[in-house]
Amino acid sequence: MASVTLSEAEKVYIVHGVQEDLRVDGRGREDYRCVEVETDVVSNTSGSARVKLGHTDILVGVKAEMGTPKLEKPNEGYLEFFVDCSASATPEFEGRGGDDLGTEIANTLYRIFNNKSSVDLKTLCISPREHCWVLYVDVLLLECGGNLFDAISIAVKAALFNTRIPRVRVLEDEEGSKDIELSDDPYDCIRLSVENVPCIVTLCKIGYRHVVDATLQEEACSLASLLVSVTSKGVVTCMRKVGKGSLDPESIFEMMETGKRVGKVLHASLQSVVHKEESLGPKRQKVGFLG
Amino acid sequence: MAMEMRLPVARKPLSERLGRDTKKHLVVPGDTITTDTGFMRGHGTYMGEEKLIASVAGSVERVNKLICVKALKTRYIGEVGDIVVGRITEVQQKRWKVETNSRLDSVLLLSSMNLPGGELRRRSAEDELAMRGFLQEGDLISGVLVQVSPSLVKRQKTHFHDLPCGASVILGNNGFIWIYPTPEHKEEEAGGFIANLEVISRLRNCIISLVTQRMMLYDTSILYCYEASLPHQIKDILKPEIMEEIVMETRQRLLEQEG
Repeated sequence: MASVTLSEAEKVYIVHGVQEDLRVDGRGREDYRCVEVETDVVSNTSGSARVKLGHTDILVGVKAEMGTPKLEKPNEGYLEFFVDCSASATPEFEGRGGDDLGTEIANTLYRIFNNKSSVDLKTLCISPREHCWVLYVDVLLLECGGNLFDAISIAVKAALFNTRIPRVRVLEDEEGSKDIELSDDPYDCIRLSVENVPCIVTLCKIGYRHVVDATLQEEACSLASLLVSVTSKGVVTCMRKVGKGSLDPESIFEMMETGKRVGKVLHASLQSVVHKEESLGPKRQKVGFLG
Repeated sequence: MAMEMRLPVARKPLSERLGRDTKKHLVVPGDTITTDTGFMRGHGTYMGEEKLIASVAGSVERVNKLICVKALKTRYIGEVGDIVVGRITEVQQKRWKVETNSRLDSVLLLSSMNLPGGELRRRSAEDELAMRGFLQEGDLISGVLVQVSPSLVKRQKTHFHDLPCGASVILGNNGFIWIYPTPEHKEEEAGGFIANLEVISRLRNCIISLVTQRMMLYDTSILYCYEASLPHQIKDILKPEIMEEIVMETRQRLLEQEG
């Protein structure tokens, strides 16, 4: 992760602030920075979203392509994640520097989606054992300002909500060979239900307390963090500890409870924003990611 | 807990928001400024093919016969007498490497450091070994550092300001601003500590909002902005609409004060 060097005095200042529930920018321990979400920003994808969380800027594009189902799951499609930490995010990502972080984030995304209920993969099946939809989810890190996992998971959920997969029919003729027919109407598409798609809440342990949505400076003061993946109903799908410090089982429990609480509010806000955006219709003014 | 998600809003250009009639003449490198050869070339321009061409991206400033281009976003270019705030990045043999937001890292020699106790003597080998004790990597000479663009810090007689709200600021010419509690207040640590935290956080957010709206930073503008932000909660200051409101009020007060 991009790192910032801080002096001991600054670290002490941050730790004291967290203790008093007054962080450097005036937020409380459980407050998020202002989030800006916009979907449908990249025109040649099936779905896209851009999320700005403070100085963190994420762009996600989803492309639906036809492929063959996996052998052990013949009735389902699947998702493939790829995370690109671009050098414009921070100079540390130049060359191959961002690859490690990219694979780590992609593996985390695979883990949180690796259960039956996150996305209904059966809707992605076209004909069992032969054709299915594969959703290639590409995440691009435009700017790194702390709290990457949360922002990426919000962007992935928004992009999946925005994804429109063309409706296809399988036609069988007399000889038994199958033909796939694409519907003529470009607006005739299937949409995924993202109700159970989880979002990640990162809780960083700073001093004796934990904070949500840490900035780069706060991450530099924290020795251990807990990534909790929560659905909109407050169900935890997976949990991961990062960092070289240790966590007490009691603090893990506390952080998990905070994660659940914060996660529910996060989902509710995201839901209302994307629905509001959709209700504005095609006439809404698009801002895009170039300015 | 607070969570706010919103749709992005396209930012209106600054000249539109301020209702300025005269739009700044903005150029990018390679743009022709003028084909009139009677002008003297200033910084940021060069003569090519009988016309004056800009070499940096910025706004054109004209003073009588002198045309120069003032770059909007630059690294810090030091001048004699400037006050800078820097962060130590390396400890070397007889010197420290300091990051000052300039093109190259600055160098702070051991011989130019004032020794503790105000002694005046030649620096010995023991002093060299004790260098890490004076300043280590990551050090900043209890407070908060805010990094802004160097062009937004106004040149003044003094850059060390004690604000009446209980905090002090050092406005480095290189864009590094150090906010810390005023030393007399440090003594009452017990109760005054939280109040200090609030004042410093509020000041930090005010400075960031002034910078986002491209306003010059000096003690009066920071103070007015602080006072304008008092009715709002500290974390709300960074929200776009409240930021605009506060800076608009600050701008008005400054205009009233001038004329």
